[in-house]
Amino acid sequence: MARVVVDVMPKPEILDPQGQAALGAAGRLGFTGITEIRQGKHFEIEVDDTVDDATLEKIAEGFLANPVIEQWTITRVDA
Amino acid sequence: MSARIGVITFPGTLDDGDAARAVRYAGGEAVPLWHADEDLRGVDAVVVPGGFSYGDYLRAGVIARFAPVMTPVIEAARAGMPVLGICNGFQILCEAGLLPGAMIRNQGLHFICRDQWLRVENSDTAWTTRYDTGAEILIPMKNIDGCYMAEQSTLDELEGEGRVVFRYVGGNPNGSRNDIAGIRSENGRVVGLMPHPEHAIDALTGPSDDGLGMFFSAVDALVKA
Repeated sequence: MARVVVDVMPKPEILDPQGQAALGAAGRLGFTGITEIRQGKHFEIEVDDTVDDATLEKIAEGFLANPVIEQWTITRVDA
Repeated sequence: MSARIGVITFPGTLDDGDAARAVRYAGGEAVPLWHADEDLRGVDAVVVPGGFSYGDYLRAGVIARFAPVMTPVIEAARAGMPVLGICNGFQILCEAGLLPGAMIRNQGLHFICRDQWLRVENSDTAWTTRYDTGAEILIPMKNIDGCYMAEQSTLDELEGEGRVVFRYVGGNPNGSRNDIAGIRSENGRVVGLMPHPEHAIDALTGPSDDGLGMFFSAVDALVKA
């Protein structure tokens, strides 16, 4: 068994209206020095030993993320 | 022979009732299709209606894209069957790879619900032959993930090949690239748009009957075929 973390983020060139809204709100709340907020998704996946890296890549690219608008990283975390 | 047009219902679909009604108004036979169906019950065309299939979990349209009924839809669409995706249906067709691009959250973050003017940019599709190119139509839109995004190379291709079918007029409501409200596949058989033609088929219940032309166009295409 292993834990895999997949982080999905909007591509840098894609507008992120939710991150922009959070950035604006942070300023209104009085937090200074924040220059950028981007919002993404974080998946924690438990897999058994039959799930290889190629399969994880397929799950991320075809399902958890949409390559048109998002990029992703896959990290195996030691159990 | 009347045209048999399937209307898919996924868990969370909202507009299947109105889509079926629009098909009947245009003289077609509306055939209900369920997300778990593995065949298309012999239909000649399919409407993928709007709503919030699977609660928009993960990403709008992505879980519906993997529902059993989508396997024969994708296969038939690639073979030339007319398919119309409206709102969430458009998102599903993009996720399925039948149309390019993707929808993201509206710029400004508002759920936008209003009657929207569109310009018909291409009447050479299975769903738009009843319109004159350049005609302006008024139909409702209601969504929060309606901002059309695609890579610049994809946009250039869509524009160059006349595959933008509908464009917002009177201002861009949501940040969609190139004011795009709807697009078509290369062969013109698959069309997707964010606003809702099925809600504008009778002045009694909608802002106009401008949306009915899309369903008449499909019935024309099928009866001729």
